[in-house]
Amino acid sequence: MNLTIALFGIAREIVGQSTLPLTVPDGQSAAGLLAELRTRYPALAGLRSLAVAVNSEYAAADTPLHEQDEIALIPPVSGG
Amino acid sequence: MSSLFSAPERQRYRRHLQLAEIGEAGQLRLRQARVLVVGAGGLGCPILQYLAAAGVGTLGLADADRVELTNLPRQILYGPADVGRLKVEAAASALRHLNELNTYVLHPERVSPANVRALVAAYDVVVDGSDNFPTRYLLNDACVSLGRPLVSGAIYKFEGQVSVFNYQDGPTYRCLFPEPPGAAEAPDCNTTGVLNVLPGLIGTVQATEAVKVILGLGDVLSGRLWVLDTLTFQSRTLRFKRDAVQSAINLDTANAADYFDVSCAPITPASLTAEELRQQLASAAPPLLLDVRGPLEFQRRHLPGALLLPLPELAARATEVPRTRPVVVYCQSGVRSARAAELLRSEFGYDNVLSLSGGLEEYAE
Repeated sequence: MNLTIALFGIAREIVGQSTLPLTVPDGQSAAGLLAELRTRYPALAGLRSLAVAVNSEYAAADTPLHEQDEIALIPPVSGG
Repeated sequence: MSSLFSAPERQRYRRHLQLAEIGEAGQLRLRQARVLVVGAGGLGCPILQYLAAAGVGTLGLADADRVELTNLPRQILYGPADVGRLKVEAAASALRHLNELNTYVLHPERVSPANVRALVAAYDVVVDGSDNFPTRYLLNDACVSLGRPLVSGAIYKFEGQVSVFNYQDGPTYRCLFPEPPGAAEAPDCNTTGVLNVLPGLIGTVQATEAVKVILGLGDVLSGRLWVLDTLTFQSRTLRFKRDAVQSAINLDTANAADYFDVSCAPITPASLTAEELRQQLASAAPPLLLDVRGPLEFQRRHLPGALLLPLPELAARATEVPRTRPVVVYCQSGVRSARAAELLRSEFGYDNVLSLSGGLEEYAE
């Protein structure tokens, strides 16, 4: 299935774009998606806290993804 | 019934008094509220301005920094005449002009594990406008320990995030971001660029939420993270839940390392002077001398008996440095040796390493 992932903060800088189209196996979980992204972009593996949002909900590791889902990667930011 | 406010106060706060949701009772709650604002920088300035103008009776300002020229475009309480002043003092002067009726309590100190409990305990609400992760986790855990709501905001380049943590048993910062980011994830430390109006946008949203928390007004941004990207003008609200394990973490149960970030800590390595080194070299147990300059510099001049270990190779060859004998690292002027000593201490756990202050330039032949 095809997903579009919105990227924020340092995740956007690592990937180099604000949205990322990605094809993943049907039924991929949120954790599976993160693992896939970390393989493609090893620098993402250095981010210890990276919230995955699916349809505006914080996604648990086993949350299954669907093609129409609105997915975003949101790392914490610390500037003040 | 006579009013709790004087005629000028009633006039001043009339637009609030006219709102059925606020009225005199609400305005009184604002006057009685004690709010701690941590960080008097980009976020802190608009937060403080709006809370002061709203008539929040007691405002605590916590920041150890002084105003710098680079602050002025976004830290709008300050002008060029304030450069060099303590931020909390410059901010309080500006706020007294804005609203002379409030009490401003100045805390010209960095919030640390040593002072956080007493600081937070003296206030009803904490607003986080700090600029680093260790302070954010520290404030979260202190608010959990002491049962205070935390109105959190943070910015990065063109993006901002706001949420209210630990509000009426709602989720905490750790429910959203369980693992404190490491040094590589925090390029902030005042070194990253930022759009000047961004902290104005994010800070005023924090002030809005702080007023709502004080007044018990509407739906507080608890269990939701609001994310704004000014470049695309997209905003999202991410809902998240309380995690039983993460929300229980407080000052007493957290890992102390969460409150310390090596990359952001000022480099203040233990050092010794040329005179102290002379005395040590003349003693019965002289230290090992470690020269971290390049081979050519070493060839030109080095201290007798010194071991050459250029700084770029230090990490790979750290095992050559003894742990059981005192070690003094030196270079030409003391900069490289300070870095080397810090590297040995923080990355490899050496506790027997000092840096020669001023380097060879201070150490006469």
